Amino acid sequence: MPASELSIPTESALSAAHELPMTIIKPASGWAALNLREIWDYRDLLITLATRDLKIRYKQTVLGVLWVILQQFVSVIIFAIIFGVFAQLPSDGLPHAVFINTGFLCWNLFNGVTSRVANSMLGNSNLISKVYFPRLLIPLAGVLSVLIDFIITAGVTAVFLVYFRIPLTPNILALPFFMLLTILIATGMGLVLATLNVQYRDFVYAMPFMLQVLFYASPIIFPSSMVIDKLNTTLAQNGSASLFGFLYTLNPVVGLVEGFRWSLLGTSSLTPTMVALDIFFAIALFAFGAAVFRRFERRFVDVI
Amino acid sequence: MFSIRAHNLSKAYRIYHTATGDKQLHTYRTLREDIMWLAKTAVSRPGELFQKRTSEMFYALRDVSFEIGQGEVIGIIGRNGAGKSTLLKVLSRITEPTSGMAEIRGRVGSLLEVGTGFSGELTGRENIFMNGSILGMRRKEIQRHFDEIVAFSEVEQFIDTPVKRYSSGMYMRLAFSVAAHLEPEILIVDEVLAVGDLAFQKKCLGKMDDVSKQGRTVLFVSHNMQTIRALCPRCLLMKQGQVVMDSDTNTVIDIYNREVSQSDVDARTAITDSRLRRGSGEVRFNSIHVKDEAGNKPSFFEMGSTLRFECGYEVFAPVQGMTATIVLKSGRSGEMLTSVKHVVTEKRLGAGERGMFVIELPKANLRPGEYPLYFWLGKSTNHPYDVVDGLTAPLMIQTEKSADELSFDPSKPFGIFDIESKLLS
Repeated sequence: MPASELSIPTESALSAAHELPMTIIKPASGWAALNLREIWDYRDLLITLATRDLKIRYKQTVLGVLWVILQQFVSVIIFAIIFGVFAQLPSDGLPHAVFINTGFLCWNLFNGVTSRVANSMLGNSNLISKVYFPRLLIPLAGVLSVLIDFIITAGVTAVFLVYFRIPLTPNILALPFFMLLTILIATGMGLVLATLNVQYRDFVYAMPFMLQVLFYASPIIFPSSMVIDKLNTTLAQNGSASLFGFLYTLNPVVGLVEGFRWSLLGTSSLTPTMVALDIFFAIALFAFGAAVFRRFERRFVDVI
Repeated sequence: MFSIRAHNLSKAYRIYHTATGDKQLHTYRTLREDIMWLAKTAVSRPGELFQKRTSEMFYALRDVSFEIGQGEVIGIIGRNGAGKSTLLKVLSRITEPTSGMAEIRGRVGSLLEVGTGFSGELTGRENIFMNGSILGMRRKEIQRHFDEIVAFSEVEQFIDTPVKRYSSGMYMRLAFSVAAHLEPEILIVDEVLAVGDLAFQKKCLGKMDDVSKQGRTVLFVSHNMQTIRALCPRCLLMKQGQVVMDSDTNTVIDIYNREVSQSDVDARTAITDSRLRRGSGEVRFNSIHVKDEAGNKPSFFEMGSTLRFECGYEVFAPVQGMTATIVLKSGRSGEMLTSVKHVVTEKRLGAGERGMFVIELPKANLRPGEYPLYFWLGKSTNHPYDVVDGLTAPLMIQTEKSADELSFDPSKPFGIFDIESKLLS
């Protein structure tokens, strides 16, 4: 084996050497900013991860994507029967199926993003321990694949709207805005949970439960006006009604669901306070979640 | 022009003491454990609550410094747990160092595992794209190399079949083929060439050779000394997290082998690493020595001299009868070349018993080279008590004879054994 020959670099390699990127590896300290540039450089991987997620989910299923539609459809019908027909909850004067379906559309996006992001790191521990790439890609790929599901369930919503002859209004233009708020809030929460999940497996068990509580605390199968009216009538005597109404809107999902309904159905339970609060939550939670994630991501591989 | 420069890199892990008193490396904790610890400490030693939590540190890397020039191909060797893999992980940015720094010029492609991100549900084609982009290739790059990758892997016919239907050989070939077409300036490879059948391994080595000739920097960890010798002119030897030697490959490997041959195998050596040590554990080797006729332990044996394998064993659970096998493997391919098998005893062995047996190979006509050893103790082929596979120093055979006296050149022996032959007419 002519050993000396191996170590002689070719000329082209040598001349290219000055342009090579330099990387410094050293222990990082403190809080790091979001490196959007790096994420952009890795966009191909982001897309690949997101499509892998989808492909694996629907491979070897006969119905494939139909499952998403079926799930949405069946749960809307069941909830409409239980809460509309039997419990006779109010629905802002709309058919229960349409009303609940819109709630579900928003909730499924929120719930999907939160739980997918929160579980993403554990689910990909083999990747994390074998290759380097910006860790944020994994939760982001999760968000993308939930968005695909969202588009499909939006189709179901369209069917309901057409069937019940609900006309679209210019309000629909605000829907992307409320979607963005939903994604930002859910991603922010998911990132915090993902970080906790790596350190404490307790959250694997606690999270579905927490989300279920949030589901019933949010106006998905009933209008938020019902809760606020109830608070008004029972608490009016001590003058704290508006305070409790405000406290209820502190649940970010309240504004999101009402925002979806306002955009799609033209209901009027949405208040400016809700929108203002949700804009605040979206910015604050997303920034907080991303910062926590960045702060602890470098320890993930040693812990996971 | 350097390619990688490391200054005092260290990586420390915390060792926590669990409730049972066992030590464990920093793994995940439950919230309950942390709350319990807080509560306990608050009651019993409130002063400690605000101090930094004390825990023992384990240094997987300690003050590692070296410089690798552009286009160099460097081997990293060392025993298990010496820190080789940790070093590669730090350099590939998978985990960050506890202290120190490294400068890296150029894109790094690291290959710490074959088939990272492979998914059984996806087809070969889909997995090529998946794996390629995980390893840092752009989609366009993968498309450009796609046909080459498929051809190299020899699985053309099955490229649209989900890989869960592949044989393990096909799976490995496909996975390696993707990796072989990475084009970073720096390639970091951890013990992944030993995949597939012999012919494919040869192909992989050839590919690695090409890569190094293109002026890329390669860092290469392997237990296969023959591969290291063939690919890497320079070598780092690691021991307990430190680089203890940095020199030309032959010198480093000789030192390493001498060290391995001096350190003895006992009943617990590498017991957690199934690549090196396996078996059900009723009986374990507690010493293995390779000696010459005079009872010495040389680093090299002269070709044609007598070899004695002295094996000590300890019984941990009663067994009925015991057979021993010793296998000589090829240093080049890891393939089993030949084996000897002897029934050590047919009697019952009780727990706690210790014993010793010696297997002699009189006048072993092995040609010069390196032969990893495989020791086996067991009842029947499918019930091994203990397997020590490549854990001891390889058998090193040399000869003082010249090419004129032999039928071959001792530095490039054709084959492995000398056999008797005569010219008849």
